[in-house]
Amino acid sequence: MPDINAAGFPILSLITFLPLLGVVFLGCLRGTEAEIAQNSRWMALWTSLVVFAFSALLLWTNFDPSVSGYQFKETQQWLPDYGVAYRMGVDGISVLFVLLATVLTPLCILASWDSIRTRVREYMMAFLILETMMVGMFCAADFLLFYVFFEGVLIPMYIIIGVWGGPRRVYASIKFFLYTFAGSVLMLLALLAMWHRAGTTDISVLAHTQFPAEMQTWLFLALLASFAVKVPMWPVHTWLPDAHVEAPTAGSVILAGVLLKMGAYGFLRFSVPMLPQASALFQPLMFSLGVVAVIYTSLVALAQEDMKKLIAYSSVAHMGVVVIGIFTFNQQGIDGALFQMLSHGVVSAALFLCVGVVYDRIHTREIARYGGLSDRMPAYALVFMLFTMASIGLPGTAGFVGEFLVLVGAFKVNFWLALLGSSGMVLGAAYMLYLFRRVMFGRITRADLKAILDLSPREMAVFAPLVVLTLWMGVYPSSFTGFFDASTGAMVQSHEQALRAVPALHLAGMIR
Amino acid sequence: MINWQAAAPEIFLAVAGMVTLLIGVLQKRENPKLCTMMVLGAFAVTFVMVIQTVPAVAYSGLFVSDALATYANSLILAGTALTAVLSLDYNERQGIGRFEFPVLMLFSAVGMMTMVSAANLMTLYLGLELMSLTTYVLAAFAREELRSSEAGLKYFVLSALASGLLLYGISLTYGFAGTMDFAKLPAAITGVENASTGLMVGIAFVVAGLAFKLSAVPFHMWTPDVYEGAPTPVTAFMSTAPKVAPFVILIRVLVGPYGHVTAQWQPIIEVVSIASMFLGSFAAIGQTSIKRLLAYSSIGHMGYALVGLAPGTESGVRGVLIYLLTYVAMSAGAFACVLAMRRNGRSMETISDLAGLAKTDLPLATLLTLFMFSMAGIPPLAGFFGKVYVFLAAVQSGLWLLAIIGVLTSVVACFYYIRIIKVMFFDAPAPAFDTRSASVSFVAMAAGVFTLLFLLVLGPFTNAAEAAAKVLFG
Repeated sequence: MPDINAAGFPILSLITFLPLLGVVFLGCLRGTEAEIAQNSRWMALWTSLVVFAFSALLLWTNFDPSVSGYQFKETQQWLPDYGVAYRMGVDGISVLFVLLATVLTPLCILASWDSIRTRVREYMMAFLILETMMVGMFCAADFLLFYVFFEGVLIPMYIIIGVWGGPRRVYASIKFFLYTFAGSVLMLLALLAMWHRAGTTDISVLAHTQFPAEMQTWLFLALLASFAVKVPMWPVHTWLPDAHVEAPTAGSVILAGVLLKMGAYGFLRFSVPMLPQASALFQPLMFSLGVVAVIYTSLVALAQEDMKKLIAYSSVAHMGVVVIGIFTFNQQGIDGALFQMLSHGVVSAALFLCVGVVYDRIHTREIARYGGLSDRMPAYALVFMLFTMASIGLPGTAGFVGEFLVLVGAFKVNFWLALLGSSGMVLGAAYMLYLFRRVMFGRITRADLKAILDLSPREMAVFAPLVVLTLWMGVYPSSFTGFFDASTGAMVQSHEQALRAVPALHLAGMIR
Repeated sequence: MINWQAAAPEIFLAVAGMVTLLIGVLQKRENPKLCTMMVLGAFAVTFVMVIQTVPAVAYSGLFVSDALATYANSLILAGTALTAVLSLDYNERQGIGRFEFPVLMLFSAVGMMTMVSAANLMTLYLGLELMSLTTYVLAAFAREELRSSEAGLKYFVLSALASGLLLYGISLTYGFAGTMDFAKLPAAITGVENASTGLMVGIAFVVAGLAFKLSAVPFHMWTPDVYEGAPTPVTAFMSTAPKVAPFVILIRVLVGPYGHVTAQWQPIIEVVSIASMFLGSFAAIGQTSIKRLLAYSSIGHMGYALVGLAPGTESGVRGVLIYLLTYVAMSAGAFACVLAMRRNGRSMETISDLAGLAKTDLPLATLLTLFMFSMAGIPPLAGFFGKVYVFLAAVQSGLWLLAIIGVLTSVVACFYYIRIIKVMFFDAPAPAFDTRSASVSFVAMAAGVFTLLFLLVLGPFTNAAEAAAKVLFG
């Protein structure tokens, strides 16, 4: 018998698989090509809005933030003799990501309304399948199930970049696919080893399984291979600028908004709670990689000529801050990392949408091609300004809270770490303001820019929720941190307990 | 008293084959469709009989019917039936529609079913030869075509050599052990102290002979040429059931009588497996013909399946059995898609013919995409779960090298699979293909649905494979 949660209703499965129903409906559409295209847009929009409504109503209101374990649990038999089951559940760490995914999907569909003109039905199908995979991944409470969704994301994303992408889309899509796949297969080996050891793939059981310290080292490295590519961490970030630049706007939005969170989420869900000794052992490595990412990619971002590439590199830098936060192992650091992930999900998604607005009009992303847009597009300039400030981390916007908390957490660990980590904020201000100046200020010289139009109502509808979210997260962050405080507190506690019981190895000890 | 019952499905199938042959000969106008339908009907009846067989040992210990045989027989029948359906339309269009075709497939299936039920090396050899002889003829079936005749001849010559090796291995085994019965071999292997070297040489030859049929490296040379030259339904056939049967009997021999000397044969399997995975993933990259590409891909798949055999454990055997199941489905489906590649009445075989297929025929492109992703081992498709099981077995037995090489080569292999998807989805469209026949669409759809939804029936199939694997471990 299915073990259905207290609500008596499989909420998470509903949210996860509802988009697939939309895919089936899309497949049934008939008519001329233009009719199908228009109906597909509406169908996909309504499906994703219904999914969003369900997730907001059911998860936001019914979630109990004071509890640290999984809620809305569902269990269905899958491979009963091998400890594998279809287990779904969300805790404080994952619930907001589910919402992030369901918020961004309708916005993406709305943002692609006019810019996608070919094979609209297939595009919408790919997006809805992608939504299922993303939501399922954050809801999975079973490692094998998690892996299925984690990898399943590749299929629609590969198609989205490859079919509707820019001139170098083939190169970018294959690079994206192979990079992530190469990392993931090593995670698969770790999964198999943990499954063999614990006899189950239930995440909550695995989190309480004590793996031998030596084994943890290898497991950590295998998981790192996968998550580092997804985050992406320096030096395996090179797929990201290519994928971002070539993907259609909505593809970049989902890539930056949700897919980049999958790696950091993996660290929080698997590496830190399941492998505490190895996490402590590799803490210096993770800090170093995080700091390198922050400084190096910020400098690279300064030199970019392409708007999307600049924002892509800034994403790598921001995710470096997230990695630093996670591996501080204290409440501020992890809270900050989670908050940074959410705010980056909103802000970078919005920035890519901003690029999409002018790209749809002028069909270039080259920064030098623009200038003086604030004259013709005041509303657009205002919106862009807000997200630029949020990206820099101005107090009162979403970006500030996360970075601040991470730096507080980092200070507790090491002064130099915090100092180097905060240099990212300075450099971030430099490249974002430089971008803003080059695009928005100055004199309009080109004829096509003189005729450019400001935001259309549809575009305003896309930006409005993101503006609200950015300010809300900045002004009243505790309505978000409240969701995960209990979970991160429990995680920090159990991490300290685990380290007290079995101290971490030291690299020096490993080498002898 | 002989227990005829144990081999009832094989006997029925053989009789049905002869009846079909008679009817085919006696008809005034040749009617290959009727014969194919009769053969399919015979397969269906046999399938029911296979499922209902009770475990037994028969014919003085020469033949055994057990859960493993049932599992393998079902798979063989399904694979053969699917490819027989595929041949329906192709043979007619290519002008090679003769009634012997389905009958030969049927006898090949009889040989395979006998082989997987073998409890004696001689039965193994008989079954293997029946399977091979019919396959030679099938490969050369388009006798007007040079390529096909060449494929048949090449396959025959090389395969004869492999059969010789196998026979030599059997005779060595008999000479050193004094028996060919699987049941009596274990005692002989441990009983006589100095005999083990000779026996191991013998088993090495047997493995070599079977590895040839599996087209595992280094016995793979024939595969690309024969796959390319043979009529496509025959290629589809050769890449499904005739891979399953030798694999299952390989398991039966190595894990059964040689089960307690795993450490001695494990290195052979490991080397063959690693070499196959490497070749299967690297050599396919440069191919332009889709049939050759699938040939290399099947070499790689055999390498992955061997990963599950190497540990010689129950979980490994279960993994292999699941892997073979998913492999048969993906392969049949992929070849169905290749058969659908016809333009102006002619078969198309290069990858570039698929260009822009998503624009001209989205359903076909989607199906082939499913099979390619599945072969690459991307979840949630069937191929992923096959890989999970075999790698799990390797990890459980600590065969890390095998597991790591396995996953890394699967990344390399992934490149050429997604390249096909790239050609279909991202490239500018080539002219559309001819309308597909219903039979081809049916096989592609059936295999596609199975590949997509396999995760829902993972539990029942795992239990079936588990029951089959248990037979060898008592």
